[in-house]
Parts: sequence; C-alpha cells; structure tokens
Amino acid sequence: MILVIAEQRDGKLNRATWETIAAAQQLAGGMPIKVAVLGGATGAVAQEVASAAVAEVLVAEHAALEPYTPDAYASASRSLIESASPTYVLLPHTYQTRDFAPLLAARLRKPLITDVTAISGTGADAAFVRPMFQGKLAAHVKPAGGPPAIVTTQIGAFRADAAQKGGSAAVRKVDIQVDPGAVRQKPEAPFREAKQAVDLGQAERIVAVGRGIKSQENIPLAEKLAKAMDAEVAASRPICDNGWLPMERQIGSSGQTVAPKLYVALGISGAIQHLVGMKGSRTIVAINKDAEAPIFEVADYGIVGDLFEIAPAIITELEKS
Amino acid sequence: MKIAVCIKQVPTREWQPRLNDSKTWIREQDVSYEMNEPDAYALEEALRLREKHGGEVVVCSAGPARVQTVIREALARGADRAIHVEHDSLGAADAFVIAEALAAAMKDENFDLVLTGLQSDDQGHGQTGVILAERLGMPSSTIIMDVQVDSSTGSGQVAALRVKRELEGGWFQWIAMPLPALLTIQSGINQLRYATLKGIMAAKKKEIRKAALPDGLQPAQQIVGLAVPTRSKQTQMINGSPADAAKELVRRLREEARAL
Repeated sequence: MILVIAEQRDGKLNRATWETIAAAQQLAGGMPIKVAVLGGATGAVAQEVASAAVAEVLVAEHAALEPYTPDAYASASRSLIESASPTYVLLPHTYQTRDFAPLLAARLRKPLITDVTAISGTGADAAFVRPMFQGKLAAHVKPAGGPPAIVTTQIGAFRADAAQKGGSAAVRKVDIQVDPGAVRQKPEAPFREAKQAVDLGQAERIVAVGRGIKSQENIPLAEKLAKAMDAEVAASRPICDNGWLPMERQIGSSGQTVAPKLYVALGISGAIQHLVGMKGSRTIVAINKDAEAPIFEVADYGIVGDLFEIAPAIITELEKS
Repeated sequence: MKIAVCIKQVPTREWQPRLNDSKTWIREQDVSYEMNEPDAYALEEALRLREKHGGEVVVCSAGPARVQTVIREALARGADRAIHVEHDSLGAADAFVIAEALAAAMKDENFDLVLTGLQSDDQGHGQTGVILAERLGMPSSTIIMDVQVDSSTGSGQVAALRVKRELEGGWFQWIAMPLPALLTIQSGINQLRYATLKGIMAAKKKEIRKAALPDGLQPAQQIVGLAVPTRSKQTQMINGSPADAAKELVRRLREEARAL
C-alpha cells in the first residue's frame, strides 16, 4: 500500500499534492493508494482529494496539528504509518515536508528519499531518481532496510493533471496519537517581508542574473540588456543574498515563480531551487560559460561563452533595429 | 553558550562530474573540494552568536582525512576547536550514517545550540541536521534566516531561542524553542567573513579531536546508478563569435520564438 500525505493549510490543499498523487499512481503497480489529510480542521480538503483514483482518504484531525510544527506532524504521521503499514509514504517536497519528514524518518529509523524527479519501475522494486551535486548528476537510489520508505517528490517533476481521477474514494476519519506536551516549537503567524513592489509574475520578459555576473558593479549590464529587450530584471538567490538586487526580484523556490514569454538566464547555473521558479517560461535562453550547467537542460536556446562579451553584443544587435 | 557547527566538505562549484567505473559514485581522484556553502553561513552565524553571547564554537565534521582542509579553514575563520569523525567510507555516506556518526561524537559535549547548513551541495538529502537533532534529543527547526537568543533566561528549558524560518514564496515565520536546539541555516542569513592571516596562523595550534566511526551503522539508501541527467528539452545551441551568436539569437527570438 502507498500512503500519500497531502499538504494543506487553513483547509486549502497545496496543489503539489496532486503531483504526488500522480507519482503514487505511477509507482503503484497494482498496490492500493491511500491519501491522508492531516491538520487541526481540514475542511473540504478530504473531499477534494477523494476525486482521485485512490482506494481511500484518511482524515487525521487533532488540535495539536494547528498551527503546523515539525514535532506534532512527525508524531501524527508516525501514528498513521504504524497503523496503516504502507510500503511507501509519499509527500510533496515542500518547505513543510523538508522540516518534518527527516524527523519522521529518524523516529521510524526508515529511509527518506528526497526531491525525487522520476521513478523507474513499479512496486517494491522501484528505483527513485533524484538530483545530486547541484543537479550535475542524477542518481538512481533504492531504499535499504525494509519498508516503509518515505519519498518526497520534487515540485513540478510530476504533472498534477496526469493524476487519474476516479469518482469518489471513501473518506474515513482515523484516530492519531499526538502528545501536545511533547511539541517543543511555538510558531507565530506567518508574515511577508518584501512589499512585492514588482510583480514579476506579470512581466512578459525577464532577464535574470546569477553568480556569473561576478560583482555588483556588473549589474548595470544586465539592466541594460533588460531595457533593450523591454524586460524586467530578476536574479537567482545568491545575487539577492549579496544584496546586489533586492529580495523581491528573486526567482525560485524561496522567491517568485514566473512563466513569462521570454526568460533570459545570464550566468545562472540552474540550481534546482532556481529552476522550479522559471522552468514554465515559454522560451528560455541560457548564456553561461559552463557547457555542462544544468540551466541548459531547460533552455530552448543556449550560448556557451563569456556573458561579458555576449550580453553587450546582444544589446548592440537589438539597438540596430 | 556552547555552539557546535557541522560542516561538510563538497566538490567545488566548478567541478565537472566524472564517474567511477561502476557508475555508482564520482571519481574522487579528480575532485577539488570546498566548504559546503550553507555550512559556511552556519559557521558565520555561530561566530556572530559567540561574539554577542560569549562561549565557544566547535566545528564538527564526519568524513575522510581530506576534510581536515575545511576544518582548518573553519578554525582560521574563528572557530575554537574541532571534532573530526574520520573514516574513508564517510565520503559517500548517506544522511543517516553521517548523522549517527556525528551524534556519537557530539553527545557528551552537551552543546546548547547546534547549527548545520540546510543541505549539502553534493548528495543534497537535506536530512542530516534534523536526524542529528533527534539523536541528540533536541528540537529542530529548518531553513532559518535569523537567530535570536534570549541570554537572560540562560540555557534552561525555557523559550530561550527565537528563530525566523523561511517559508515558500517570500513568507516567513518566527518560532520560539527551548535550548538546547538544532537549527539548519539557509544561505544568505549573514555576510560571510574570510580567514585573516592571523586566523590562519592561530588555526594551526587549535585542537582537532579525532573520533572513531561507531560500528554497525547501516545506510538507509543505496545509489544503484549515477548519470548525467537527460535533457527534458532539445536545446538549440548557438555557436560562433559573440557578435555572430548575438545576431543569430536575436533573429531566432524574433522569427522562431516570436518572443521579442
């Protein structure tokens, strides 16, 4: 049996859960799939996932699960897993999963295979494909030491619309054990820091810079290229960490997700945290000195070379007409 | 405050991958190494906390003899001493083995705070810190962008720690926790310092305690194959001089992609 742990906040399903359901259906090879919904009050989330082609939806509600803490979620998930005895436990590789899944694995003393982008084979013999070395290599890994194995699926790696729907699965409430006294984290309300003055999601074209730009003095080159292309300037995380461009111009898992008509990646190697924020762009151009950089895997057009020569040449070309 | 920082040595960003003969790991003789970037931020945060609250910073690393280089570098940046769990097998070990190895060497030190990077730039499991916290009996919080210690309450079982956790899409959250605790640090939490000549000289005299790898640690996963990833898109590579490539790119963006 495969247990998918859905992610919800305030009764709203995280869409990445559908990607994980699609992965579970691909992995199943005849094994039944159950989806568990955890939370304080989970509202209509169970009904929503019950439209998937799965055997059953389990609802595990407990006051100690609201607000989210890793201690409570690890306890609740452990309780669920010990009563359901799945072969695999699948979750979307969100920041919340990254916070509590290792704790769950440590307590169960069971394998956790993170950030999975593909599955080869089905059932108990499956191998899981995950990036290593910053995406330069892809590893096929197998869990060791017997079931269950916990697997997290990379955001965007499986298609949500590929999840098979099957009418309505039975929804069942289950009891779980969580000791509120054993929850050590006391969270405050989430907040947003940047005022999001620029909504990069609305930009038709984006010129994004990465480490290849080398220093803050070179940022105007990217701005000039953006102006010539009638584009907004954005950046990968290290550029914003260094304060060379403001945080609200960051693209990636910790910044904004964009899908413009044109995305020009200037000196961006393409760490997965960046790719998840832009790989849906219609046309992607990568300019990088390293021919092996992972950014070329998602690019439509690639130029291998020195961006300090190529970007000015593009500006000159655009100014001609 | 007694602070531990866990540091991993990983291949440099410029390293081009080459595989071993069985295609299950990299050819280690070709690799040049550096300090895992998120761990460098964890070290910097530890040094800043020591400057503010006093105490000591202890660097902990599990790996083959080669990791001495990054241990010395951390000592040169200002850490006080180090613990090195040394074994050749640790270079390719998974998160469970590394966490168990570190836990065994660290547990009698009774650290108040343990910092790690949020994930490594090599295997990138993103688990070692949290598993280590569980083995040391500490609460954990991950992807941390700010650390505040309330020194007035000391290190008893009170809400002595307040940390800013990064959520997705530009959201954050403050979380209070008792000490001792373990935090995994996000890159960019601070501005890194570099070693001074004086620091490099001083590091030579600092203690590195060697610890043995406990027997019988079992990996939780096995790499059955390693390969250069297959391309999801057919990328059209544009060659030629910068001027020619620029001209061709602009033409294709206008005529084929209609993106300009």
